[in-house]
Amino acid sequence: MNARPFELPPTGSGMGVVSKVPFEKAAPVFLGNPQLRANLGNATRTIRGKRAAVIAELDDWEGLRSQAASIKDDVLDNMPSYLAAFTAAAEAAGATVHRAADAAEACALVASLAGDAREVIKVKSMATQEIGLNEALAAAGISAIETDLAELIVQLADDTPSHILVPAIHYNRSQIRDIFAARMPGFSSPSDEPAELAAAARSYLRQKFLTTDVAVCGANFAVAESGSLVVVESEGNGRMCLTLPKKLIAVVGIEKLLPRFSDLGVFLQLLPRSATGERMNPYTSIFTGVTPGDGPSSVHIVLLDNGRSNLLADPVGRPALRCIRCSACLNVCPVYERVGGHAYGSVYPGPIGAILSPQLTGQQAGANSSLPYASTLCGACYDVCPVKINIPEILVHLRQQGPHPVAESAVMRTLSWVMRDRRRWKAAVRLARTGAAPARFLTRRRGGTIRRLPFPMSAWTEHRDAPLPASQSFRDWWAKRHDS
Amino acid sequence: MRIALFVTCLNDVLFPRTGIAVVSLLERLGHEVVFPQEQTCCGQMHANSGYSAPARALESLTEQAFAGCEVIVSPSGSCVAHLRAHTSLPVYELSELLIDVLGVTDVGARFPHRVTYHPSCHGLRMLRLGDRPRRLLEAVDGLEFAELPDAEQCCGFGGTFALKNAAVSGAMLADKCAAACATDAAFLTAGDNSCLAHLSGGLARRPGAPKAVHYAEILAGTVKTGA
Repeated sequence: MNARPFELPPTGSGMGVVSKVPFEKAAPVFLGNPQLRANLGNATRTIRGKRAAVIAELDDWEGLRSQAASIKDDVLDNMPSYLAAFTAAAEAAGATVHRAADAAEACALVASLAGDAREVIKVKSMATQEIGLNEALAAAGISAIETDLAELIVQLADDTPSHILVPAIHYNRSQIRDIFAARMPGFSSPSDEPAELAAAARSYLRQKFLTTDVAVCGANFAVAESGSLVVVESEGNGRMCLTLPKKLIAVVGIEKLLPRFSDLGVFLQLLPRSATGERMNPYTSIFTGVTPGDGPSSVHIVLLDNGRSNLLADPVGRPALRCIRCSACLNVCPVYERVGGHAYGSVYPGPIGAILSPQLTGQQAGANSSLPYASTLCGACYDVCPVKINIPEILVHLRQQGPHPVAESAVMRTLSWVMRDRRRWKAAVRLARTGAAPARFLTRRRGGTIRRLPFPMSAWTEHRDAPLPASQSFRDWWAKRHDS
Repeated sequence: MRIALFVTCLNDVLFPRTGIAVVSLLERLGHEVVFPQEQTCCGQMHANSGYSAPARALESLTEQAFAGCEVIVSPSGSCVAHLRAHTSLPVYELSELLIDVLGVTDVGARFPHRVTYHPSCHGLRMLRLGDRPRRLLEAVDGLEFAELPDAEQCCGFGGTFALKNAAVSGAMLADKCAAACATDAAFLTAGDNSCLAHLSGGLARRPGAPKAVHYAEILAGTVKTGA
């Protein structure tokens, strides 16, 4: 079936955190899809408006942001001791805690923990997307069924998520109806009414909840002092997975730790307001180890590193690990809004993805080094980030690490050599002004701008006219004025 | 007051009229403007493109060029933001200088046209200029201020982004131009000629679109409106 309304660059399913196609090559493909742009524009505009309204209600949003950033920094500064505390507390409560250094190790652990199960149900989880768990389980003969409605839509379409929080943001409801009709067993409704689509998904998923013995989840927070995991979701499907199956396997990035239970008071205010524009999250499940007669009788927690420890060693880049995956930065990003998540080629798209993907898997991996340039550095992401990650600063930090194109590097170095001495600069300005004189004359009737330039400046004139050097520089005007 | 002008490399070559406007405006308000000759570029373009060593060299060159200056003004929000982050120079964006330092909102200008204003990202989110430029514009005699839809969204320039990701930059530009056209304004103004070069290049391809002009030129009264 081809449920996708457009052809994707070859990101493939289970794309993990490594971008395959350079952003500047992938972006134009998505940009050219008017349906996608309309879906994204409508969705991000709606969430932006809701977020802004609920944040304006709080007296001290800035104070909350600062508090959250410092709690997370405490965790990042003292990672080994919080990991030890969490492990001790969770195991004391009856859970088994495992450590996974990378994606392959984490996937192998989950597959072996799943035991004889041929089917597992899943709570929406970025950590499992990051490690490509579904594909790894499939290879081990286990099918993983996504139970978050939007993740289910994406899975049925054999597609990949395009947003951290709203994975099917690139689809509208009639496209979703078509996906269900082609792929969901028992679906026959001709209607694209949201209530009917949700009802169809509900009856499909209920059967899975009641018959599957193993569930896989992630966690939004892991409380070090109590060993508790916290799952924040909107549908209640996650809670079904957390309570009905006999065995629960949680894959949790090590940066999800919070020192104290009371820290949740800060983060449960910040997350829903930033993510969905809600004052309070609809379904918040907090669970600690195993409780006999209540919920799963076996709980395994896989603490995932996958590049995080390396990032901890970089003082400029490490604040990226404060991220609570709220997606506020995606929803305000003018670049994300126009191209969508698939252009970034990683499960982490948008501004946070542009810094997280290269930092977790390396700038050299795939096309990761193109991601730090997928931004105008407009700063809208930093403004909305609930944990105050200075994304523009980290983007520039990553750009500094290169690699830089040879021609660009030559131009930049020459330019800086010229600019480091005002006599050289003055001579260069005169040269530019004289060289541009014929063009100024020819374009004088249309405001003195150039309509077409040769490569590489054609990238400019393809979209806009180019200005020409003025007939007299400011410097020369000043000199003439002060001579006379 | 004796005020040193950091004209910026871009304005020096491409938009000297903006520097001239700042000089003429400040002199009209009774101040002395000086132009330290050693200045060239603040290093912002190199820094944002990931060339930190050349950027640092240009930052320190600028620091030396303006050593001893007590008040520095620049008609570019992004260059001011860069210098503020990387040097200790007392540098002000034009609207900060006028309102916060000189205490002037009505500069005595006349501009009987409908004008819309794009708050460039660096001015908006790094310098937190707020409504300063707007207050200056609204105090101009005859000026009719038109609200720009989605004003806070970036225009898509972003330095080398405009070349590296030309298609996305072009899409953002198209939306900004459409918003500007929807205001029915005769002029689109902003405080950064880098954004304005990009915007005017886009507007030039739309018949009847507003003309892009730096707000310093409106305040100075040096805009040629007949052309």
